[in-house]
Order: sequence, then structure tokens, then C-alpha cells
Amino acid sequence: MHKIDPTRTDLIEEFDSNPGGPHSLELAVVVNLLRLIPMEERIIIVCTKRHAEWTLAKMPKARGDRMEYYEDMVFDDYYAAVRKVFRIRWQAATGVELG
Amino acid sequence: MKKVIGYSSAWSVMPGDMLDVMVSTYGPDRYRANLVRVICGNDVPDLDIYREEEIPAPFAGEHPGREQITIAGSYVTIPSNPLMTGLGSFTVQAWVFPTTPEKGTQGLVSNWDEVGTCGFALVLDDDGAAAMRLGDGSGGIVEATTGKPLAKRRWHLVSAAYDAEAGTICVSQDFIGPQFEVSTSASTTVSVGFTPAMASAQPLIMAAMPATHPAGRPAASQPFNGKLDRPRLVGRALSLTDSAALGWDALPHERDRSVIAAWDFSREIGSTRIMDASPNGLHGQAVNLPSRAVKGFNWSGHEQNWRCAPQEYGAIHFHDDDLYDAEWDTDFTYEVPVDLRSGVYAVHLVADDDEWYVTFYVRPKRGTATAKIAFLASTATYMAYSNIQWTWHEHFGEVAECYWTTMEPGEVFLQEHPEYGLSTYDNHSDGSGVRYASRLRPVHQVGPKTAPVWNINNDTHILGWFEEKGIAYDVITDEDLHKEGAALLAPYSAVVTGAHPEYYTTPMWDGLKTYLARGGRMAYLGGNGFIWRCAMSDALPGVIELRRAEDGIRYRDEEPGEYYMEFNGEYGGLWRRLGTSPQALCGVGTVAVGFDVSGYYVRKEASFDARAEFIFEGIGDSEVIGDFGYFAGGASGTEIDAVDFELGTPPHTLVLASSEGHSAKTMIVPDEIGLNHSAMGGDQNPKVRADMTFFETPGGGAVFSVGSIAWPGSLPHNGYDNNVSRICENVLRRFVDNTPFTMPKG
Repeated sequence: MHKIDPTRTDLIEEFDSNPGGPHSLELAVVVNLLRLIPMEERIIIVCTKRHAEWTLAKMPKARGDRMEYYEDMVFDDYYAAVRKVFRIRWQAATGVELG
Repeated sequence: MKKVIGYSSAWSVMPGDMLDVMVSTYGPDRYRANLVRVICGNDVPDLDIYREEEIPAPFAGEHPGREQITIAGSYVTIPSNPLMTGLGSFTVQAWVFPTTPEKGTQGLVSNWDEVGTCGFALVLDDDGAAAMRLGDGSGGIVEATTGKPLAKRRWHLVSAAYDAEAGTICVSQDFIGPQFEVSTSASTTVSVGFTPAMASAQPLIMAAMPATHPAGRPAASQPFNGKLDRPRLVGRALSLTDSAALGWDALPHERDRSVIAAWDFSREIGSTRIMDASPNGLHGQAVNLPSRAVKGFNWSGHEQNWRCAPQEYGAIHFHDDDLYDAEWDTDFTYEVPVDLRSGVYAVHLVADDDEWYVTFYVRPKRGTATAKIAFLASTATYMAYSNIQWTWHEHFGEVAECYWTTMEPGEVFLQEHPEYGLSTYDNHSDGSGVRYASRLRPVHQVGPKTAPVWNINNDTHILGWFEEKGIAYDVITDEDLHKEGAALLAPYSAVVTGAHPEYYTTPMWDGLKTYLARGGRMAYLGGNGFIWRCAMSDALPGVIELRRAEDGIRYRDEEPGEYYMEFNGEYGGLWRRLGTSPQALCGVGTVAVGFDVSGYYVRKEASFDARAEFIFEGIGDSEVIGDFGYFAGGASGTEIDAVDFELGTPPHTLVLASSEGHSAKTMIVPDEIGLNHSAMGGDQNPKVRADMTFFETPGGGAVFSVGSIAWPGSLPHNGYDNNVSRICENVLRRFVDNTPFTMPKG
């Protein structure tokens, strides 16, 4: 299994510059790994105002659970929300805080 | 976040029909409604292609709003009968296969009045153990439990005998699971201490407990997850030995006059009817689409087809999230005007800052056409996807869809309201696959302004293009094709499909094939079409059944031994596995799926054949086709199809163009491979491509296919002025010319 090398911050820069892809092979592997972290640890994006606002939230554990929003992580640009999710999951996967 | 939702009694209506509209509000006490004609439903602001047109309607205006309650969960109801309510000593039993014994109290077989504390209730208790409850009618209740949880996904014979003379209840559970497992058999006998009172007014409920809906009608609560087989009611207290003999006896009523009811779920499979095999005829109804034609406790494995061994398919699988008809009260009824133009319409509901579209399809009067072109709305597929929640409950959902989980407001609403049921892509709460999807409930994603842009919303790219180009069209639906077959299509010069006509019943398939053989023309403007066989039922309108047999992108494994559909006994699964491939119908069939990058088409030598000249009029010899579009920047993407002459692509088919530019994450589908290998993606595998094809039929007809779900998303590019649009227009202008096509000389 691949492990994310926390020193490869160049991959974060690549992602930030083109969050929608396509990505280099190295970054594509990292993106896949970050999309495979345990469900209960996932931070996801919720569109809270159609085409206008996206708020990060915890992945609900079970059907029927209410969404838990991060009210301090609200974005008016979808890809800004994507970049934030990428960073949060990178930190969770590597244990290394990003500046 | 959702404040208003709704649904309608039908999706396909014709002038003169009555359409009931049901609405629920969450918070607001008023809502506004108006009628719109849907022209293009993709409302991504940058594209500036969204179009709807308001149509006068008598219901337009403000309406009082209130929350309407939906209760999910399937069960069986047997009307109250003196034979049940006059019980002295009695035994009640059923074979039980619990799938979530840990989830809390679940009704098995109950004739129970919670308010009056009378009757009996055979249940799984909070610990998952078999238990029997009796009431004295004045607040006194006794419950006997074995105290031992039933084993999950294992059969047990659960019995409870009340002996009036001894004043005792004996409850037992007999495990018949694999021989290498620890038995969970147990029994207990307790004194009752009072004379039980029976619940005279209550129906007998199986797989749940009797309850009353807030609207006052009978309902059920505490639903059971799992299978029941051979429920029985006997008018005497049986010993454990006699009780076991009863459970194994297929026809106990023939020998034992004390048998009050011997329900046989293997009878009338495919209907909602529940039959009592005994002479007493205590028949009933199944509610909310439990799964029938499933393996019983006595399934031997020698037969896979329930029709060949119904006695081994006497179980019903119940789920606490099954839902057929939400049964809301009607807010208003719309009489479709005789002069209303065929098309896609929606009741636009607005409450405060929220909105919802109740989408429906207006077809011409039966046997008539008002245009030369019919747009065939893929309503079977829309149903299959309705209320899909797979992507945010599946560990591999994000890497499959190539995205970061992003939930739209409608999806958040579904997450927080599981009572609105699931799609055929989802699993039930007990992990079993969902086989039925109904439109008689609020369904997300089947209308304009929905995301991701899929199904009807993607199809409206085609409607918007029709309008832009001034191409007259009627709208018909899969349900119409299922009912009327080729006669529905006969008045049309050409049929245009949607972007993703994935699910086909046998009558739909036969109807389309017959139409084409008799000179009809079809433009298949999509991908991953004609793939799965599904079923519809006259007994259960508004629902499809699907059994995802064998392989294919099936999202879940189908239960072994249950590949034959309940509605009609047909074998489910991929059409290609049935020996009838989509390639034989339209030239191409699914080869790959991927959502990160879309490709473009490059012309092939066959595109310069004189037979194809009309298609490429105005297109340059080396012009790249569709290197633009809504779906990841290309016309070939998401789910794509290619020719396969061995699978049935007609030999004279012209492969006009093939796509390039697919990514490593656009991967070959399971049905195309016999083994996994290291070249599955579009960056290496030459089979990962969409083929654009054309062939004529001996009847003077023709078929044009693009093999890509992304194709319609490229139509609006550059104000609908582009080569994808041009090719479509070239094809349809010729297809509405009734001059017969001629077959090439062999």
C-alpha cells in the first residue's frame, strides 16, 4: 500500500493549482488514498446555498443522522472548499499539520 | 434545509388525464405552486442555459402547507377475524431469519392493541430473543422471552403456545443453521397470571406491530428486518414436539382441524396478496413492497428459479426502509388540458426560500403523434436512480465517482429523512440490496435544477437543443413503451433516446426492436443504455423491480438463488448475459465508466462512406468532435459504449468515429473482462472508448448511436452552435425524411 509522504508538499501545491484534475500519477494516487480514509473520519462538502455556498461537515454515520456542520468552514467558491477538504484529510492521513 | 417537497400520482399523462399532486412543507404554513414547461434544467450559472416557461394552470397560486408523514417499513396485514379474536389456548409460529436482531423490538406476528393492552404479540425483543406478549385488556401485560438472541442471518423456528388451562406461555426458538455453529435454540415457560383479552378490532400484522398513522389510517411500527416463512396460527397449545412438527409440515391444515391459518407466501408471488392455505381463508396484503420470491427456510439449492420450486421460496424478506406509496393526502388535482403541448412539465413549488419541482411528462393522446420525433424519456432508469444515496454510504464511493463527497440540499434532506426510501443502487439498513424503486413518493434528482446533472436533468440538454433548433418533438416515456410496445412508437419517424436509457423491461425491448425492424429510426444520444433487464407490474404500478444477477457494474451482489424476478419470473441481470446484447439493438454496448476526464471523438474512415455523408455535412475531414462540454470538458465520458461484432453489432455498421483522451480512472467495466489486469484504464486500454455508429435496417429504418452519457452535455456549447449539435441536427433532419434507407449491398 502506498503511504503519503508528508514532505511532498509539492503535491499539495499541484492540487491547489488544479483541484478538479486531471492530476499527475503521483497526485492521483494521493487523491485516491485521501478518498479512502475511513468513513467516520471523512470531512465532506455540503452545498448550503445552491451554486453559492458550501459548508464542510462530518460524514454522517448512519441514515437519519443529522448533518454536523463546521460553521467556521463556509466557502463561496466550490473549489476553495475542495482545497480545504484535501488539506484536512492530508493532515489526518499524515498526522502532519499544514501551515 | 428543505422546506417543501412533493410528488404526483403519475409521471406520464396525456391530455384529459387527472394528475394528483401531493405536497408537504417543513416549517412554512403556506407554499406557492405554478406550472412550468421544462426546457433545459441545467442551472449552472456560468452556462446560462437554464430555461423554463410558465404555463397558466388553475392551481397556480398560494396553498396552505403542512407536514405530511411518511412511514416506511414493509409488513403483512390480515384483517381482523373472529377466529383470531376468539382464541383460548393457541399457538403462533413462524420461521424467522433475522438480519438485524440487535436493532431493538421487532414485530413478528401480532394481533396486538397497544392502547387497550390486549391481544398477543410474537416479537424479537430488545435483546433479539424470541418473546411473546399477552395483555389482559386493562393494563396488565406479561412477556415471556427465551432470553437468547437469535443468530443473525440464520433460520429459526419461533413458536409461542398459550395454554389457557395451565395458564402458561411457552416460547421457543429452534436453530437450524449450519452444523458447525453454536446453536441458539432456547425455550422458556412462564405463568401468565390472568386471562388474556384478544385484540378484536386490530388486524393481524406480520413483520411489524400494529399502529395508527397520524392521519388516522392503520399503519405499522417496530418493523422487522429479515425473512419470515410459513407463519401459522393454531387453536390449541402445542407441545414443543408438536410445534416443531407443525413448522415442518407443508400442509398442516389438511390433517389438523385446529389449524386456524397456514399462510403460504409462495402463493401469488408477484402480487401484494397474502394467501392462507387453510380452509378459513384468512388472506391479507403485503404493504410497502417486501421482497418476495426469496429463499425459504427449506431452500435446498437444487433449484434457482422460484417458479420451478415455489415450495422452497415461501419466504418474504421485509425491510424497515421499504416504501411503495407514501400515501400523502392530495393537495390539488390538475386536469391536463386537451391542448397542452406534449413535453416535460413540472409543478414548481416554492416555500420561503426553498423550491421543489414535481416533474411529469405529457404525451399525446394514445395512438396519435403531434410531431415526427418522439423523445423517449427513460423513466424506468429515473426510477432506478430515485433517491440514490450510495455514494455517501459506500467506502469506495468517492474513488468510484472521482469526487469529494458533495451533498446537495436535496441529498441532505434524504439523509435526514430515511423514510423516503432508497434506490436500486443502495442497500437496505440490513445490508441487503434494494430491488424495488417507486415513483409514488418524493424523489430527488428527477427534475430540473438537480445535481449532479443526471437522468432527466441531463436529458433536458436534448430538449433545450430541440427548442433552440426549432425541432418539433413529442415526449413519451418508458412506462408508455412498456404498456403499448411498438404501437406507441409507430406514428413517429424517429425516436430519440435520453442520455442514459439503462433499464429495460422485456416489453420495452421488444417494442423498440419491432419499431426499428419495421422501418423506425432511432438516435441513441447516450451511453450505458439497454443494459439491465428490469420488470414492471400491472399489479404494482409506478415501480420497477431489478435483480442484479451475475456481473456488471451492479454496486452490490445479488443474493444467490434469487436471480429470478418476482414480478414476472424472468431471469434478471444484464441483457448481454441473456444472449440479447445492446450491440445488436443499437450497435454499441457499455465498455467503460469514469468521471474525472471526458474525451472527444476522432473521425474514422467509415465516416467518409457515402452512406454517412449526411451525418458529417458541414464537419471538417479532420475536425475533432466534442472536445468541449459540460461533463468534464468532452462529449465522450462518464459511461461509454463501443461496438462488438461478436456480441451482435450488425456487420454492416459504420463505425464513424471513436473517442480518445480518456484517463486512467475511466476503467473497463466488469462485464467486459474475464479477469483483472494491469491495463484497465483509458490511458492504456484501447477498449476504453466510445464509438459513434450508424447502420440501416432492412425495413428502411436506421440507427445512429453516440455511446456516451456526456454527449448531450456538449449540445449547448457555444450557444448550441458546435459540431456535436451539427451532427445531431444532420441525423435528425434525415431521420424525419420518410425516404427509406437502403441496406448496403453485401
